[in-house]
This record gives sequence, C-alpha cells and structure tokens, in this order.
Amino acid sequence: MTRILIPSGALGLGYDAEALARGIAAKPDLIAIDGGSTDSGPSYLGRGVSKYSRSGTKAEWKGLIAARAEAGCPLVIGTAGTCGTDSTVEWLYDITLEILSELGLTARIAVLKSEQPKEQVAGALAAGRIAPLPHAPAINADLVRSTTHIVALAGAEQIAEALKTGADIVIAGRTTDTAIIAALPIMRGDHAGAAWHAAKIGECGALCATNPQSGVIQIDIDSEGFTVTPLADGAHCTPHTVSAHMLYENSDPFILYEPGGHLDVTAANYAALDNTRVRVTGSEWVPSDNYTVKLEGARVAGFQTVLLATVRDRRYVENIRPWVDDISTRHAQRVSNRMGLGPDAYRCELRIIGVDATLGALETRAEYPAEAGVMGIITAETQEQANEIGKLLNPFLLHHPLTREEEQPTFAFPFSPAEIDRGAIYEFCLNHVMELADPMDAFSLEVRDA
Amino acid sequence: MPELFSIVEKVRSKNAGPFWLTVDIFCGSPAAYARVASGLSSARVATLFKVDPATLKRFDIADLNVVKFSLLRPAIQGTATDRDMHGAGWAPLLAEIEIN
Repeated sequence: MTRILIPSGALGLGYDAEALARGIAAKPDLIAIDGGSTDSGPSYLGRGVSKYSRSGTKAEWKGLIAARAEAGCPLVIGTAGTCGTDSTVEWLYDITLEILSELGLTARIAVLKSEQPKEQVAGALAAGRIAPLPHAPAINADLVRSTTHIVALAGAEQIAEALKTGADIVIAGRTTDTAIIAALPIMRGDHAGAAWHAAKIGECGALCATNPQSGVIQIDIDSEGFTVTPLADGAHCTPHTVSAHMLYENSDPFILYEPGGHLDVTAANYAALDNTRVRVTGSEWVPSDNYTVKLEGARVAGFQTVLLATVRDRRYVENIRPWVDDISTRHAQRVSNRMGLGPDAYRCELRIIGVDATLGALETRAEYPAEAGVMGIITAETQEQANEIGKLLNPFLLHHPLTREEEQPTFAFPFSPAEIDRGAIYEFCLNHVMELADPMDAFSLEVRDA
Repeated sequence: MPELFSIVEKVRSKNAGPFWLTVDIFCGSPAAYARVASGLSSARVATLFKVDPATLKRFDIADLNVVKFSLLRPAIQGTATDRDMHGAGWAPLLAEIEIN
C-alpha cells in the first residue's frame, strides 16, 4: 500500500493547514503537488514564467517543505512554475534554497528537466519520431525552430528515476498532472490501473470532494484499488463526487492517455466506505507498444495593443453594431492611408462587451444592455506598429458620431493613455507526441544537495 | 418550453487542454437525466456550437446523471481570435437552450 498526500490542486491555490497537519500525522509515503497547467494560456510557456506570484508560491512551498521534513517522506512538485520550462524549474529551485536556509534545513533535491532543445525536436521530426494527435496543427522544422519554448510531459518513469536518487524534494519540469502521484505506487508494485486512476482523481486535490476549496486529500493505493479520503473538516467524498471528477477538464471521461499507455475506467466501481471515504476498484492500465511523450510548444504570434471605451448613451448602445462596423471600416482606411498597411498586415477586432464579447457569432441572446464596452484588440508584427494602429483608432472610439448631422459625441475612456501595450502574444503550436527509445532520452536529472 | 438550466443542477464548461472544450450537464436526478438524454439531440448542440457534428463527442453517463459534450475549440486557446481563455462561455450558451 502506498499513501499519497495531496495538499491542493496546484501550488498557489492555497491549502488548509490543519488538514495538511492531519495528513502528515497519518504518515504519508509521498507528498505530491502540481505546479502548473496549460489552462491559463500560452503566454506562460511562451515566456517561460510562472503564473502565480513568487511571494505566494514561496509561502505555500515553505509550508510543504516544513511538512515534508516532519513526515520524512519525499515531496514532489510537477510542472514547476506553471509551464515547467528550465527557467521555471530554476525559479522554484532558488525559492527552495531560500526556504531551506530560512528554516535551517538541508535536503537532497532532484531536479528533473523537461525542456526540449529545438534542434533535437526538429531532428526527431525529420526522423519520423513525432506524430500528430487528432486535429493537431500542421508543423515543420521551421515552425519548431520558431518556438520560444518546447517542453515534453514526463510520465511516471521519469518521476521514478528522480525518486530513486533518494531525493527529499523533487522539482520537476513539465510532467503530466498525474505522473507525480502515480509514480511511487507503480514503483512499489501496486495496481497500475489503480495508481493512474487515483492520480487523476487526486490531481486537483479536494475538487473530488464535497468541499472543493479545502484542498487536502489522501489517497491509499494498493494491489487491487485505491481509497480516497478528504482531510478537511466537513469535507466528504461520495461515489458521485469521485467518479464525477473524471469529467473534469477531460474530453473523454473514461480514457486518459499517459506516456507508455492509457488508463481505462469504463469498468471502475466506486463504493462508499463510510460518509467520507470512497473505495475504487476495476480501473485498467493498458500499456502501449511504443513509449511516447506529449509535446507542448509556444511561439510569438504578434504584438498587441488594446483600447477600451465604454458607451452609455442609449441611442449609441441601441446602434452599437452599425457604429462599431462603421468605425472598423473608417479606421482600416485610415491605417491604409497613413501607414500604408493593408488588412492582411495586421488584425484589428472591436469586441462589444455587453453584447457578444464572450461568444461572438455563437451568441443567441439579443437584448441590449444599459451600456456597452468596446474593446479594440490590435495584433501586428511589432509593438510599435500595434501601438500606432491603436493611436489611429483612439479618436474614433472617443468621438465618432452615428450620423454626420449631429454634434460631436464623447465616450468614456477609463485610461490615459487609452492604448495599452500588451507586448508579445503567444500561441500553442504543438499538439504532438514524440517517440522515445528510453523514457529518460528527452529528460535530464540532476541531484543537488542543499 | 423551459430552458435547460431550469431543469438541471448545473452546466459547466472548461478547457480540456488547449485544443478541446468540454461541457458537462449535471442533471441532478434520473428524471432530469432521462429528459436531457432524450430531449437534447447532438445535432441541435452541434448547430448551437456551430461545429461539425462529426467532431462533437457525446457521453451519456446514467450512473452520474450527466450528459457531456466535448468539441474542438473554434480557436486554439489563447490565439488572437480566442475570446474565452478558459472556455467559460459554452456553459451559459448551452444552459439557455430550450428543452422538450
């Protein structure tokens, strides 16, 4: 049996300190926490930076390092610093050194890196070792070289290698959310299907329980199945809350692909042990013929400038669509006249907040609001160009009349300057897997005694 | 005809990675589940979402009283044309569909 303590769904989301202490008292074999996700968009991977604040990350990580020292078991973080690039692994490593020094502790730290040199990925592509997942964007060597960062998602095998070093703390680059939980039970010979299924249920912390914000859960994996126990006061797991978690952020609630195979929970059985704990059996792990790891990559997709105006005049709100369309046409003419840029050289979109900014063409409601926001989003090849196009849009958003006869109107600008430069924007450009002869081929492991 | 949200417990939409969206209808009871499973055709949902019906995945999960749809994102997450980084908007869109 292997007992894994999961403090929360991600470092940065906070956890219940009392529940964590309860988990430590129950002597876990490993503490696992996820450090990232693609869910906040491509900018973090594109830039190789963390979404969460350094101060918040440090405070939470400090609590876990102290808890680990008390428990005497390994502490593993996957996808350190949101995106799991080498830069965010080193960022968290630096924070770790500060914390150890402040607490007067020492630790053996295993650093597992997942970032992929572009030339190696281009080489793997040329060698036919990279395959698209369904509906993946088309790629070639030039696109691979145009990325700012590429990471491979480590699985249980690479985490196992890190644990074999005898590390107290494992700081891993990009991993699957589940690998950090599944690795140890698999190493110890527990049921592989149960280990992966437990990992998927546990990877968001107490999201699989009735009190999702409480964070801390404990999972016991054995030779036949696993048991989930939420540790916060008042948190309960039921067969419904646990099985429903397979729906979460999963396009298929029964199948989960991982490096080296897939999890199939079609035949899983969920049973209440009491009003808090749930027992799960019948999960199946299906090994694959080839060992593949998923790749994530991001690249610069232009530079943006954003403007926002709010329109409160009822006649303008009622005519907001033709007003915005007229501005779009006139602005495009002005950009062409003043800057010599045709419509293919940049993108300017005016989204109407209060009408259809969220859904665009999918919107089905037609009522008009008390006021509308008009958000101009300009994407161009350089920041200077985007800002210049924004400055040409500014007078229209401020003063453009619905008809030629009326006095010049004025609309509300919340900011000065009205143009907000957003810098580079990024796009995810890989949805592919890379075949490896050995799971460690695309990863590096280093032990640092601190 | 009532709107979907008025007969179910919750409708939730999220990204499932940067390339997919997933929308879960938690019906809350076997009766509501039966009504949604039989009264909400995949064709209507594909039309509402403006997606090719062939790419729309559907899971009817009686054990959970859940009907789930997964679809390719119309814009890859975070690209210039993406309006909704986390896929929040698909839930209210589906929640307002009329149901028999």
